[in-house]
Amino acid sequence: MAKIEEYIPIVGQSIIDDLKLLAEKLKGKVIQHINSTSVGGGVAEILSRMVPLLKELGVDTRWDLIKGGEQFFEVTKKFHNALQGGTEIISRHDFDIFMETSQKNIDGVDTYGDIVFIHDPQPIGLIKKKANNKWIWRCHIDVSNPNQRVWSFLKDFVADYDAVVFSAPTFSQRLPIRQFLISPSIDPLSDKNRELPQKVIDSVLSKYSILKDKPIITQISRFDRLKDPVGVIEAYQQVKKYIDCQLVLAGGAATDDPEGMKVLEEVKEKAKQDRDIHILLLPHNDIEVNALQRASTVIIQKSIKEGFGLTVAEALWKAKPVVASKVGGITLQIKHKYSGLLCHSIEGASFAIKQLLNSPEYAKKLGENGREHIRTNFLLTRHLRDYMLLFLSLYHPEDIVYL
Amino acid sequence: MPELIKAKEPFRFYTRLHLSELTGLRASTLNQLLDIIKEVPGSCIYHHTHRFLQQHQYLSPEPPNDFAYWVTEALGENELGERLASIDTIQFSNIRSLREKIIETIENYLKNSPLAKLKFSREGEEFHFIKSVSFVLPTNYVAYDLKDFLEILNKITIDSIYFHIFEARLRLEKKTNDFSIWIETSIGDKELADKISGLDPYTRTLEDLRKTVMKIIERKISV
Repeated sequence: MAKIEEYIPIVGQSIIDDLKLLAEKLKGKVIQHINSTSVGGGVAEILSRMVPLLKELGVDTRWDLIKGGEQFFEVTKKFHNALQGGTEIISRHDFDIFMETSQKNIDGVDTYGDIVFIHDPQPIGLIKKKANNKWIWRCHIDVSNPNQRVWSFLKDFVADYDAVVFSAPTFSQRLPIRQFLISPSIDPLSDKNRELPQKVIDSVLSKYSILKDKPIITQISRFDRLKDPVGVIEAYQQVKKYIDCQLVLAGGAATDDPEGMKVLEEVKEKAKQDRDIHILLLPHNDIEVNALQRASTVIIQKSIKEGFGLTVAEALWKAKPVVASKVGGITLQIKHKYSGLLCHSIEGASFAIKQLLNSPEYAKKLGENGREHIRTNFLLTRHLRDYMLLFLSLYHPEDIVYL
Repeated sequence: MPELIKAKEPFRFYTRLHLSELTGLRASTLNQLLDIIKEVPGSCIYHHTHRFLQQHQYLSPEPPNDFAYWVTEALGENELGERLASIDTIQFSNIRSLREKIIETIENYLKNSPLAKLKFSREGEEFHFIKSVSFVLPTNYVAYDLKDFLEILNKITIDSIYFHIFEARLRLEKKTNDFSIWIETSIGDKELADKISGLDPYTRTLEDLRKTVMKIIERKISV
């Protein structure tokens, strides 16, 4: 686990100094994060890095979990999909299950923090325990177009919080409480993002029989329709008519996810016998993902819907030219023609890829701009700063706060 | 090298950090944009006219504000985009007058191009109004003369430079930037102060601004 001082060569001493100044202002406050799992998933990943760093900075930060059975998590999974605009059918019984488990947690979880920081819908009901302390609800989900039944059910809880945090402006809702915009971040020192020796990159390429004899176009994503892997192959095929190149589609697909396996089959069918298409079903292996990104000439993220799109941030951090759909949080990361190219269609994606492959200097400039944009706005250190400012804002309602 | 003048009062560097607060307000047409611009708090206008300075300081200085970017990219109104982008932000000493200029620019455009009223942004590309909550806090850096000042300027965050140049001038309604005020009143060098306040910070990236101010001071102390 990296120490805060190790970020100095990446972001500069003064950024770390600012974090220390903010941490001093939070002396005496206990921050209590609560979510539903300590492993797996983006929230646990972020918390497992943030909590130790906040502690190291001197902010008394704790992390607690709620409990829930299989049925409860099935319901919250349904909520999750419905909030992202899915067509889930949610019964009265589902809401009852949710309330029942919430009540057990209300009875069993000690909410001792001066600031109680609740992540995602699973523990949202704990707000019923609100005393004189401050409560924040952190929504990590794309709620730009939520199922109204589920949203209005949750909204009754949300309204009792002191503040809510969303990842993108499009997720914001009409609410009677303060709403803040805090984007997710990547950790430049994690296995997925740290610098890798060339021999590690080469060994990963060799493991998957990928030669470096032609440009590599890569999309890293799970095999999911919303990531449009079939569309990526079509874009590649259009490029391939003019430029000899290869395509890497790499990502996970849980074997217990029937939809994911079906998409994978469709992708394989679409790729047919093209030996230049590499479909890699990667286990959770961050170094391999890192190596594939670093070996790529162009990285694509042709999502149809996207909460934030951390793979875009990962690619830009490696100074790679990126072609990505103009959806969700991707637009926060890429300004068209400044830090990457945005597209709306397969044809648009293929045109952008051709432009980048044919103009390496332009591609390089976009990649460099992208890296600096990520350095300033989407690294873990910025996330730490925003969280500390968020905590302080709970005690300062004004627009200009003198600390 | 001439002897350095000791400042009457030392210069304490501050930093300004911001948190983005969502308002839940959104526009998909020019009329909606205009109506909301008239109503939102000044910290909202500030956010959308100054955000790019901090978030994109390594890119070329354009695009200078969110309104210009949105009308161009989401509505395809390039001419209005250009007019909004070329508003000379430095001429406005407060947010109120900057807001009025933006309103006037959009209203005039709509008078002459009534068809522009009919355009809608695509779903998901609406303009979302955000406001900046600013946190101002003193850093541990203090300069007692121009040499100290130069050394610190080289290592402070761009947020600190931002605070002393932009925040002081526009939002806190000071006539010039903090650096020039200190150099004039505490060092007694009006010429140097004027040189720095004469820079147009809005057409430079913050890193470029840092280097330019440093060069001006370096030249002065090496004379």
